Amino acid sequence: MNKYLKIAAAAVACATVLGVGGLMADPINETLTIDGQEMVSRTKAPEGHPFDEVYSGWLFRTEETRALQTDTFNNPAMLGVEVGEAIWNTVDGKEGKSCASCHGDAAESMKGIGASYPKWDKDANRPINIELQINKCRENNMGAEPYPFDKGGQKELTAYIKHQSLGTPVKIDLSQGELQSWWDKGKELYYTRNGQLNLACSNCHEDLMGKMIRADHLSQGQINGFPTYRLKSGGLVSVHNRFRGCIRDVRASFPKAFSDELMALEVYVTWRGTGLSVETPGVRQ
Amino acid sequence: MADSKPRVKVPKSAKAGEVITIKTLISHTMESGQRKDKDGKIIPRKIINKFTCEFNGKKVFECDVDPAISANPFFEFTAKVNESGTFKFSWVDDDGTIYTDEKKIEVN
Amino acid sequence: MQLTRRQTLGLAGGAAAVVVTGFQVTTAFASAEDATKLIMEFTGGKEPASGKITLTAPEIAENGNTVPISVSVESAMSGDDLVDSVMLVADGNPNPAVATFHFTEMSGTAAATTRMRLAKTQNVIAVAKMKDGSVFSDTKLVKVTIGGCGG
Repeated sequence: MNKYLKIAAAAVACATVLGVGGLMADPINETLTIDGQEMVSRTKAPEGHPFDEVYSGWLFRTEETRALQTDTFNNPAMLGVEVGEAIWNTVDGKEGKSCASCHGDAAESMKGIGASYPKWDKDANRPINIELQINKCRENNMGAEPYPFDKGGQKELTAYIKHQSLGTPVKIDLSQGELQSWWDKGKELYYTRNGQLNLACSNCHEDLMGKMIRADHLSQGQINGFPTYRLKSGGLVSVHNRFRGCIRDVRASFPKAFSDELMALEVYVTWRGTGLSVETPGVRQ
Repeated sequence: MADSKPRVKVPKSAKAGEVITIKTLISHTMESGQRKDKDGKIIPRKIINKFTCEFNGKKVFECDVDPAISANPFFEFTAKVNESGTFKFSWVDDDGTIYTDEKKIEVN
Repeated sequence: MQLTRRQTLGLAGGAAAVVVTGFQVTTAFASAEDATKLIMEFTGGKEPASGKITLTAPEIAENGNTVPISVSVESAMSGDDLVDSVMLVADGNPNPAVATFHFTEMSGTAAATTRMRLAKTQNVIAVAKMKDGSVFSDTKLVKVTIGGCGG
């Protein structure tokens, strides 16, 4: 798309939000089950949350998109999870170790783990997410190169690890280290207007949640299904890629993956989904 | 992308004469030949162009595939099974590679 | 407030205009005539009748890259009452051909599901060819939407 078309598209997007501002398209009242296992896809929000209830993004998608996630065979992202499983069992680096060498069967050792990240990393004195934890392990224990952002199997291995927590409600412990101050910083970023379109995360995902932005049904912007499959790209998309995409879409310059800004945002946005089941890998439009 | 890897779902057992549902998926980008790269050159077409399912050597279902089929092609179809045996699945790539998978079923 | 049909159409029209402008630069779409020609080649020039075949497709596809499509044809799938094949055609893609399913008695039923690409809002047509040479078709209009600010 050239520059003028982009501007035209943005104008349409704005006109849609402003012009039919009263348009409601509520999340559907259905329970997500995956291979018969019931997920928590709407639940009471934690104390201090702007919403009464938190909703999984699954509730905002069309029937056909929702159906892709209810059966792990039909879910195309499971191909990526299988690649992740192979990586888990593959030796890499100077130490001659795989993930499995230390952690054994991921179904046991990684069960529930994905629901409790980001955590506080004492060594780095900042929050750590699954992607960075993998890289820390690779460098410190495997003698392997850290994965560059979104490359080398990072998305697939992250999806495989988080998939072991399928169904577990998201709960992060903000009392760890200085995690609370990163939450504060993330909250500030979430409510700060940004870019040429002058939009904060909250404008779309809080103020206009449930309404249409052009043809898109605005969700609460929850990240409990990440890495998620996007029909648009036909592959797995990481949380930081999606953050950067959103920031780019409001025509702002976007921070680097795993930067302080995006780590703070991940801490805060993860908290906003407290109580929702880990759905990794989700399927979205 | 890693090598294409098929996934197949077939029930482990069935009654004689039962019509069962089979699902198949293979990881493949299905490059349509319509897209251009950064330099404006057409990215050559590379798709799975044929999918076949046989049971005990006899054809059950076949599909001629065009570039309009989505990445990671998915096919769901049925088969009537009268005896125990083996399903053989094959996917033919434009580059000549044939990916295969097999699944046994117990019929009683 | 509910969105009226007129408002919906207006929105869809605005969105479609942007998409079409974007595509005209690089891609020529197949026309309905190309689709008809392909169908006629498949049927041997015979005009398909309605009935017998059901095409299931979403009314609105959230993204044109992965649109689930199912077909099923009424048939005993034995003896002379057999479906030979079903062709799927899209009349607004760069190339109208989508896929052709071939069935046998061992298929049990003439039903199949796949996922397809739709470059824009268009008709999807399924044509069934029976063993006795008769042909049937079903058509569904699938609206393809484009997303929010980023598309």
